Amino acid sequence: MPDLGLEVLWKGKNFARLLGGLWVALRISLIAALISVAAGILLGVLASRKHSVFSAILQVWLGIIHIMPQMVLLFLMYFGTTRAFGWNLSGETAAIIVFSLWGTAEMGDLVRGAVSSIPAIQRESAEALGLRPIQVFRFVILPQAVRRLIPLSINLITRMIKTTSLITLIGVVEILKVAQQIIEANRKASPNAAFGVYLTVFVLYYLACRPLSLAAKHLEKHWG
Amino acid sequence: MSDVVLSISHLTKRFDQQTILEDLSLDVREGEVVVIVGSSGCGKSTLLRCINALEEIQGGEIRLRGEPIRHNSKNLPEMRRKIGMVFQNYELFPHLTVLDNIMLSPVRAQKRSREETRTEALTLLDRVGLKEKAGSYPRQLSGGQKQRVAIVRALIMHPEILLFDEVTAALDPEMVREVLDVIVSLADQGKTMLIVTHEMSFARAVADRIILLEDRRILEENTPEQFFTSPKTEQAEKFLQSFEFKRKKES
Repeated sequence: MPDLGLEVLWKGKNFARLLGGLWVALRISLIAALISVAAGILLGVLASRKHSVFSAILQVWLGIIHIMPQMVLLFLMYFGTTRAFGWNLSGETAAIIVFSLWGTAEMGDLVRGAVSSIPAIQRESAEALGLRPIQVFRFVILPQAVRRLIPLSINLITRMIKTTSLITLIGVVEILKVAQQIIEANRKASPNAAFGVYLTVFVLYYLACRPLSLAAKHLEKHWG
Repeated sequence: MSDVVLSISHLTKRFDQQTILEDLSLDVREGEVVVIVGSSGCGKSTLLRCINALEEIQGGEIRLRGEPIRHNSKNLPEMRRKIGMVFQNYELFPHLTVLDNIMLSPVRAQKRSREETRTEALTLLDRVGLKEKAGSYPRQLSGGQKQRVAIVRALIMHPEILLFDEVTAALDPEMVREVLDVIVSLADQGKTMLIVTHEMSFARAVADRIILLEDRRILEENTPEQFFTSPKTEQAEKFLQSFEFKRKKES
């Protein structure tokens, strides 16, 4: 059996530190996801109306977010705006802002798509029953849109969690950074630690994202 | 003469530059069953959609028991609750069970009690032979069953008038009967109805009055007997002939 360097994990508080790093990554993506879902639903619903200015805003916003690598956005926010505007941003706050900008645009687009995919005659059928416009939206359009939306938005949140691995580059000590620190500190004693530690990181990411994608699959089947 | 329930006067409907209906007037009296026939695209469905303001109208007026129905008025939802509409493709809400489809509007829009609504929903479902389907989802039903649920969903609102928009056109032939039987029994109960259909024998059986819509207007208005045996207009004769098949045989 080759030396996988797993013993490093049991030295001191290394494993707890890794879990702490995972929590930092999860916390950032979950806060950003909450903001994105709330703002995205609002933006998406507004953009789904005919001739809406929000639809144009969303398109431009989405275009920029799609073109720019997330890393450039992170650098721009963390190094760029802090210099140019003289404000103080922690790496974590900068990451949350960037992830929310990204998430809101994508979520908005998902919501807009889901709402517009409900056939017009479903709305008319609800109107013909004498429901008020807000009731038509709440009881007929939204529930159907949400069913189409949930698998897609869980996919977005999973991608967010994975992308937190970039924020080590703006100085946030998340799971990947902790892993590097552990490997570095044990270079002499356990030269093979890189394998064991990164393997553990891989498993932890997997354990964090897997329940989400299982939930998405389940809901897709249940509502399909 | 009984009261006029629905009164359409000088209705004009245009889509962009194209005129669909022009200066059309029609009254429907209480308990009357009026069947509208006409070739595809003559505006029959559009006429129904104008009545509950799913389409904006460009001229004329539509009144239900004397109250005007306007596309942009505040009380439109209240007015629509008095008009039951059944669509060609059922348009049940796929995320709700049969019972919830039926109960949605009485409970939410009319603010009736859940208990009373549920009891009535089950009674009505029983009457169309679908009581055991109350907990099913629309996707688990056949087309004919869906359409019967859609009729119940309209009935439970206790509308002043029922509009049927080619309700059997999307059905497999063997399911047409079960839906038409329900409508005939509603006619027997004295419901006021405006029906658009292509089923001529059904039209003849159910109608108190037949209206031929052609060329943006009402071309002929007649009793079913006369309409089918000795129509007043050449167009009506031509229209009826389009349903018959003849084969020239060499003799």
